[in-house]
Amino acid sequence: MVRDPANSFQDMILTLHDYWSAQGCLILQPYDMRMGAGTFHTATTLRALGPEPWNAAFVQPCRRPTDGRYGENPNRLQHYYQYQVILKPSPTNLQQLYLDSLSAIGIDPLKHDIRFVEDDWESPTLGAWGLGWEVWCDGMEVTQFTYFQQMGGYDCKPVAGELTYGLERLAMYIQGVDNVYDLAFSAPAAGRPGVSYGEVFLENEKQMSAWNFEVADTDALFDLFRKAAAECRNALDAKLPIPAYEQAIEASHIFNLLQARGVIGVQERASYMAQVRDLARGSCEAYMEREQDRWARDYPEWSA
Amino acid sequence: MSDFLLELRSEEIPARMQKGARQDLALLFTEQMAAAGIEIAAPQVFSTPRRLALIARDLPERTEEVSEERKGPKADAPDKAIDGFLRSTGLRRDQLEIRDVKGTPTLFAVTHVPGRAVQGVLAEAIPAIIRAFPWPKSMRWGEASLSTESLRWVRPLAGIVALLDGEIVPCEVHGVTSGAVTLGHRFHHSGDITIGGADDYAVKLRAAHVIVDHAEREALIRKGAQDIAAQTGLDLVEDEGLVIENAGLTEWPIPLLGRFDKDFLALPPEVIQLTARTNQKYFVCEKGGKLADAFICTANIEGRDGGAAIVDGNRKVLAARLADARFFWEQDRRKTLAEHAKGLERITFHEKLGTVADKVKRVAKLARWLAEEGIVPGADPGLAEQAARLAKADLVTEMVGEFPELQGLIGGYYARAEGLDDAVAEAIRDHYKPVGQGDEVPTAPVTVAVSLADKLDTLRSFFAMGEKPTGSKDPFALRRAALGVLRIIQENGLRFAVADGELLEFFADRLKVQQREAGVRHDLIDAVFALGNEDDLVRLLSRVNALQSFIASEDGTNLLAAYKRAANILKKEGWHGLAGEIPRTGEEDPLALVDDPDLKAVVDAKMAQRHESPLSYTPEPAEKALMDALDQAGPKAEAAVAAEDFSGAMSALATLRAPIDRFFDEVTVNADDQDKRAQRLDLLARFRAAVDAVADFSRIEG
Repeated sequence: MVRDPANSFQDMILTLHDYWSAQGCLILQPYDMRMGAGTFHTATTLRALGPEPWNAAFVQPCRRPTDGRYGENPNRLQHYYQYQVILKPSPTNLQQLYLDSLSAIGIDPLKHDIRFVEDDWESPTLGAWGLGWEVWCDGMEVTQFTYFQQMGGYDCKPVAGELTYGLERLAMYIQGVDNVYDLAFSAPAAGRPGVSYGEVFLENEKQMSAWNFEVADTDALFDLFRKAAAECRNALDAKLPIPAYEQAIEASHIFNLLQARGVIGVQERASYMAQVRDLARGSCEAYMEREQDRWARDYPEWSA
Repeated sequence: MSDFLLELRSEEIPARMQKGARQDLALLFTEQMAAAGIEIAAPQVFSTPRRLALIARDLPERTEEVSEERKGPKADAPDKAIDGFLRSTGLRRDQLEIRDVKGTPTLFAVTHVPGRAVQGVLAEAIPAIIRAFPWPKSMRWGEASLSTESLRWVRPLAGIVALLDGEIVPCEVHGVTSGAVTLGHRFHHSGDITIGGADDYAVKLRAAHVIVDHAEREALIRKGAQDIAAQTGLDLVEDEGLVIENAGLTEWPIPLLGRFDKDFLALPPEVIQLTARTNQKYFVCEKGGKLADAFICTANIEGRDGGAAIVDGNRKVLAARLADARFFWEQDRRKTLAEHAKGLERITFHEKLGTVADKVKRVAKLARWLAEEGIVPGADPGLAEQAARLAKADLVTEMVGEFPELQGLIGGYYARAEGLDDAVAEAIRDHYKPVGQGDEVPTAPVTVAVSLADKLDTLRSFFAMGEKPTGSKDPFALRRAALGVLRIIQENGLRFAVADGELLEFFADRLKVQQREAGVRHDLIDAVFALGNEDDLVRLLSRVNALQSFIASEDGTNLLAAYKRAANILKKEGWHGLAGEIPRTGEEDPLALVDDPDLKAVVDAKMAQRHESPLSYTPEPAEKALMDALDQAGPKAEAAVAAEDFSGAMSALATLRAPIDRFFDEVTVNADDQDKRAQRLDLLARFRAAVDAVADFSRIEG
């Protein structure tokens, strides 16, 4: 089976899968919920907590309603893909592993200028922060590279290394196209023609932009937000952190939709964000509480 | 003598932290050596994104033996005293020496710290330096981070090279062991490099495409960028900050020139430059004084294709960013600034102070008033109000949303594009000024009115609700606003009551801080402020300046001494004025209500009469001379102050110096005759009052 990452978006993804699979990573599938970033996947957030080793790679579709441009902007999308790799504890050769993955998808580091430029990451919503870089390829940010230091307000023990590749950007770069919709999603094969990214997603972007910005029923969204928040607390009361966390993600996305509809004022915005943060952190705390005795037993040198 | 090389290799160190890290490394190393008794010349320090290095020359091979002796109690002192001495020295009784001190046998602790091999000192110093390193932000990593006690470094620490005259100094920090092996350029070199010592370190790395010396990389970038600009017939817009940053991002810097689409030059040059600089760390170029369609990026490799792919990639990134900027530029100008300003109603300025639109209304009113009252001479009230109403409108534009640094500037461009009056456009552009210390102060009248109104409104509003800066906390940048007001007032010579109450005190404090840098004594500012009600800062400063030159003169120094002497006597004698003396004379007291404000005028008149009434005795010549001098100088100083001729006022005070000195030399104040005593104390009080009318000399130090 020959991969052709330079001419096919899907081959680029498959090449990354091959590469990280060979590094001993689980190849997971996307989380089946709407979320703003791959970091929200439980394989990243919740698994960053506690002492157990965890190595996984997955594609996560990301939704950022306010970034919708009705398919008219060549770079901005309200729905796009991130490729996430999480390695815990962070291996000493993480940078080299990453650079080798770029070579695997066809980036020659003696032809293209690859740089690690300081960029620390922080997510107040998740009570998380880390130090790292944005990785530049000829001046373009292609990956966020982070050593998680805290998650859910807890010190990461041990620290996980997180790589987030912006797949569309990277593919545009490798394929040499200036408009995301011109990307080859697949290359011709078995007598069937290749399909472009635009053929797959352009109509989706148009309709979703219209819905995000103009149509979505705001009363219903407010109601959904309240219900998600209530359900999160319900799950927390039942000491079920994973379902609680799902509801926190749900609330976070509904909040983003309300933002796109322009119905949240500056004042309210801070209060909504605080609510989402409390839900997410509460879920992380509950997860920690539920697991910490087992972790402490299995890893005597570990403590919460 | 030995040479020592230390290299701490890590993953990429943020460019902005490298300079501080070099200084910290030199400092910590010097401290460690000093603690071991080794005085060294300043070590050389270098940095690249992936390494911090230090070379120390001419270290001794061994440290000197150090002996120390301490005198203890007498040899026959009680056990308790001797035990205490033993504890404090850590010695046993039989290790103490007994020496004769003036015939008394006394215990001495003599300790010899033998010299040590410097190798051993270094082996302990390196881990200590690494553990104590003060990175602005540091992190844990890897398996060891299972514990929060694990090593912290700016990014994962990957290797230590420690060589003393070519010998490895063995040490280990959290699993990282010292050696002689390092790595070269990330892409241009593969495999280990074994370093021989301080002398071949830079040479071997250069062969592996790493220029260790940051200053050399900076020079390469500076010159390289100039050269490629010149080769293309362009002038580089020099930017030392970018030179240093790019040197901190590269081990093998190669400046490359690229072109962007000329159409983008229709954007404001500041937008292009800011995008290129902040987002991409590119230099820009000019041709004939105007921004050119070129950028210079600094690559970290010699591209296989001569850098063509790198330039092309960077060009695309810049084009995408400029296209975004152009989109904003076009979108924004579909609406007038007045239409944009409506959006300010949605932005909270502060929860207790309403929206930015509310603030704008207040500022517009104040700006108009400053113009109408002639406080800002030459400002047209209509234009001042209009400019103030539009000054914040760009905050809700797309362009400022993307480039917050361009607030004001962009509004100015949009105002011009809309055809608004130049004075209005200029005021919108410059009304945030002065921002930093070196920033220029507005002088165009409409700009001055808006800038002043904006800052005064901020200060008054926050003070009114009790949000004053405390200590290091100044979340609303009120100190900066106050300093801005001071500079605008000073630069433009604006005359008005700037504030009262707490806010005036705040201005006084800011003024002291500001003037301290100009060499003006804070106590002199206090002396003038203490007169009260001085809310005209221009007048205040000219008064302070006159006072400062007077105090520096011989007359001033002596007058100040005489003033302090007079004040001390008055204090010691508990002198409360002639009125206070009246009861003691046994006379019937018509002035019992001397402190009643309603009677103040009556009392004053009565006292004036008393002062004028002939003395009951013939004054001594020196006493008479002082009276005459005060009769002359008092009104003269007062008139000069009223005319704001402060050096005139000081000259008037200077005429008092000889008479007061003579008075102290020749006249006994505390005369037995109560009347003489009272009159003389009163004379001193008059002297004090005459001086105080110019400035409160009791606040002056020295």
